Amino acid sequence: MTALVPAHWAARLLRHPSFALGAALTALLVAAALLSLVWTPAPPLAMDLAAKLQPPGAGHWLGTDAFGRDVASLLLVGARSSLLVGALAVGIGAGLGVALGLLAAARRGWVEELVMRLADFTFAFPALLLAIMLAAVFGAGMVNAIVAIGVFYIPTFARVARASAVAVWSRDFVLAARACGKGRWRITWEHVLPNILPVLIVQATTHFALAILAEAALSYLGLGTQPPQPSWGRMLSEAQTLMFQAPLLAVWPGLAIALSVLGLNLLGDGLRDGLDPRLARQR
Amino acid sequence: MSMSPPLSAPPLLQVDDLQVRLPVAGGMATAVRQASFSLRRGETLGIVGESGSGKSLTALALMGLLPEGAAVTGSVRLDGDELLGRPDADWCRLRGNRIGMVFQEPMTALNPVHPIGRQVAEPLRLHRALGARAARSEAIALLERVGIAQAAQRFDAYPHQFSGGQRQRITIAMALACAPDLLIADEPTTALDVTLQRQILELIAGLVRERGMALLLISHDLGVISQNVDRVLVMYGGSIVESGSTQAVFEHRAHPYTQGLFAARPQWLWPRGPGTRLPTIPGTVPALADLPPGCPFAGRCGFTIPDCHAGLPAARRIGEQEGQDHLARCIRLDAVAASREGAP
Amino acid sequence: MGLFVLRRLLTLAATLAGASLVVFVVLEILPGNAAQVLLGPDAAPEAVAELATQLGLDQPAPRRYAQWVAGLLSGDMGTSAAYGTPVAELVWERLALTVPLAVMAMALTTVLALAAGLYAASHHRRWGDVGVMGLAQLGIALPNFWFAILLILLFSVKLQWFSAGGFPGWTEAAGGGVLPALQALLLPAIALAVVQAAILARITRSAVLDVLREDFVRTARAKGLSRRAALWGHVLRNAMIPVVTVMGLQFANLLAGTIVVENVFYLPGLGRLIFQSIANRDLIVVRNCVMLLAALVVIVNAVVDVLYAVIDPRVKVGAA
Repeated sequence: MTALVPAHWAARLLRHPSFALGAALTALLVAAALLSLVWTPAPPLAMDLAAKLQPPGAGHWLGTDAFGRDVASLLLVGARSSLLVGALAVGIGAGLGVALGLLAAARRGWVEELVMRLADFTFAFPALLLAIMLAAVFGAGMVNAIVAIGVFYIPTFARVARASAVAVWSRDFVLAARACGKGRWRITWEHVLPNILPVLIVQATTHFALAILAEAALSYLGLGTQPPQPSWGRMLSEAQTLMFQAPLLAVWPGLAIALSVLGLNLLGDGLRDGLDPRLARQR
Repeated sequence: MSMSPPLSAPPLLQVDDLQVRLPVAGGMATAVRQASFSLRRGETLGIVGESGSGKSLTALALMGLLPEGAAVTGSVRLDGDELLGRPDADWCRLRGNRIGMVFQEPMTALNPVHPIGRQVAEPLRLHRALGARAARSEAIALLERVGIAQAAQRFDAYPHQFSGGQRQRITIAMALACAPDLLIADEPTTALDVTLQRQILELIAGLVRERGMALLLISHDLGVISQNVDRVLVMYGGSIVESGSTQAVFEHRAHPYTQGLFAARPQWLWPRGPGTRLPTIPGTVPALADLPPGCPFAGRCGFTIPDCHAGLPAARRIGEQEGQDHLARCIRLDAVAASREGAP
Repeated sequence: MGLFVLRRLLTLAATLAGASLVVFVVLEILPGNAAQVLLGPDAAPEAVAELATQLGLDQPAPRRYAQWVAGLLSGDMGTSAAYGTPVAELVWERLALTVPLAVMAMALTTVLALAAGLYAASHHRRWGDVGVMGLAQLGIALPNFWFAILLILLFSVKLQWFSAGGFPGWTEAAGGGVLPALQALLLPAIALAVVQAAILARITRSAVLDVLREDFVRTARAKGLSRRAALWGHVLRNAMIPVVTVMGLQFANLLAGTIVVENVFYLPGLGRLIFQSIANRDLIVVRNCVMLLAALVVIVNAVVDVLYAVIDPRVKVGAA
């Protein structure tokens, strides 16, 4: 059967450039974070009250905030918080979640039921709620944010890993491996995991984006990254109090968040279409 | 044999030079070319060919249900009225009303969230503007006619509560609800068990006879074709390579492809004894996007000569049987016929 | 159908029980001594002990849990340590804002998403589809609180059509009225709805496209239904099955979003109550509010499940 192509060139436009755009934005995000480790336009934490609330100009490309700090520098360093939280949260969620999912798929029976019931159960607690609970008990902080988001991701990854793994287990080549006497764990490691990797990579990418959003929300509320560590979310909350005086201050951090999330989402979509053609559908 | 109306009446369906092109990577591919045939009221016509031969596309073209982006040229006339190029609204008035269609896969042909009775009554309410109650009683009568037991009680049941064979009966009832002049059945029994196949085919044949409808039956199964239609078209690679009365085509098999098709059937009583191999046609079916300009069978055919690649052969008249012309598209018919004299 | 609903209610009760356990363990057991937490690390031991007895912390944990659950079921949520008033009263007041806000946002989301998704699906592979999906991509990437701030910048700061925050109250006696209250909730609801609608629109579009590919749609067309008649009569109900499921899952996100958005607009809802309580170290209030939110999510999902059975007959009549 020959494949039908999109009838209108506009649809073909959507196919490839979105991946390119996504990759570019993501690269920009990572580059910003890495760059901030060695250089920023101005020392990010240096307060200069005389130069507070400056509009964008020669000395400060994006202006200064209420304490005279350079906004551009703050943005660059803030990228670090977002990336760190995203990476660690996805790491926790994927690491534990995939392990649980693979376990459930390999064992089936009551183990699977138990794991899936627990996974279903945690949907009642969105990441924010978990973070709130942790903050109430342990106080606010980046670590709590990471743990809250990470724990929230465990069931998502578990569910996806299990579903894909079960599909692989029912395939003929796995049956053949079992007939040869290969143990369940070897099969999982050698056959199942490599085959579900594409789905997991896509999932990880999109959840990285969600983690950045979640971290921003938590920081905005004061529950995430704490001062003096810069964070885009907290920059927004500070900017809100100055809306009438310096409206632009509220634009830059939000833009940074939106572009990072957009980039990661597009990257995830592109990866989904590229890595596993069976997943790609006529969009 | 069916009762044919007098030959002087215009045919119910007249297809001339039908060509269907589909969008593929890098342009358009011709999927059906130069298809011409006609069908009278009360006549039964079969199209036989393997997957990818274009038979389903031909049927869809007659219904105006080709996929988006398809380009159709040629002429399709129903009772003398040209159908191609008409707006979709005109086609909607014909579908389910003057032309009914039954598809291959009964398990997915019905909407899972609507009761079956409602689905059978839908064409009645749409084309005949029947009220709910009248449509309901007619639908029940239809369901009973196609063999659904306790039709009245099961009117509000859902498709998943019926077996595959029953679902196919329901789709037949749906297709015939408004008493169409033409019924197109695209591989109606392919997805069913062998035991059911015969029942369904008998049901279709009976209904066609009863109502004096024309039937276009599409199948890849020679047995199905031989027992259910008066005339047959053999399709390969998007063209009709041979056509004529069923008896003529099946007995004479003028075209090399037809020969190969018949020879490839496994038979219990193989004249040459055990240890012989089942004959196959060497090579593979050409991809739609890759149709050669000449005869589609050239290259796989044992009688190929360079001229075969030049262009699609014209239809040559071989003879007449049962009042039907026996035609085949081949420039090597004499050589084929000659070789057959010597073969068993 | 009755049996299905009954089974679902049982699952619901079990999930609620489980959720309450989690909340209790995290917020009661983990902090150790709640009295110590409330009074801070520098408090005198006698004061801590006295408060502990007052709060009933000298009783064993399972007993406290049972008391709490019994209290919840009878409507008694204890007393707020910070405000001194019954928690139930506080919560009720705040719910009067959060629930209407969530409902408004959900309604807006549904309308926007269905319209956009259907439009994109019917203009598949043409500019309409590309445009709507492009907007949806942008919508998904927007932090809802940033969008809220942008809305405030535009409508409050620049155009001065709406106030930048605050809530006048539902009754005129409280200084507001139904209309002013709704006006105050409009921008927050829009901020919430746009992001959720973007997600749901994509789901709707792909659900509709999936259903359009199904055989029974071809059957419907072969019966003589026009494209539009087939879409509304046959496709929509089938497409709603995955969409409704996702809407249920979205509700948790929506609630989380209302917490954030309430803070943006200084709305005295459940979200702000939680934050103020965290700042006040008023764990009793936090515990009950979190439980309430979790319960809302679980209940909505149960309703969605039942709705799902109503839409899809294969579920309740026991399908193949």
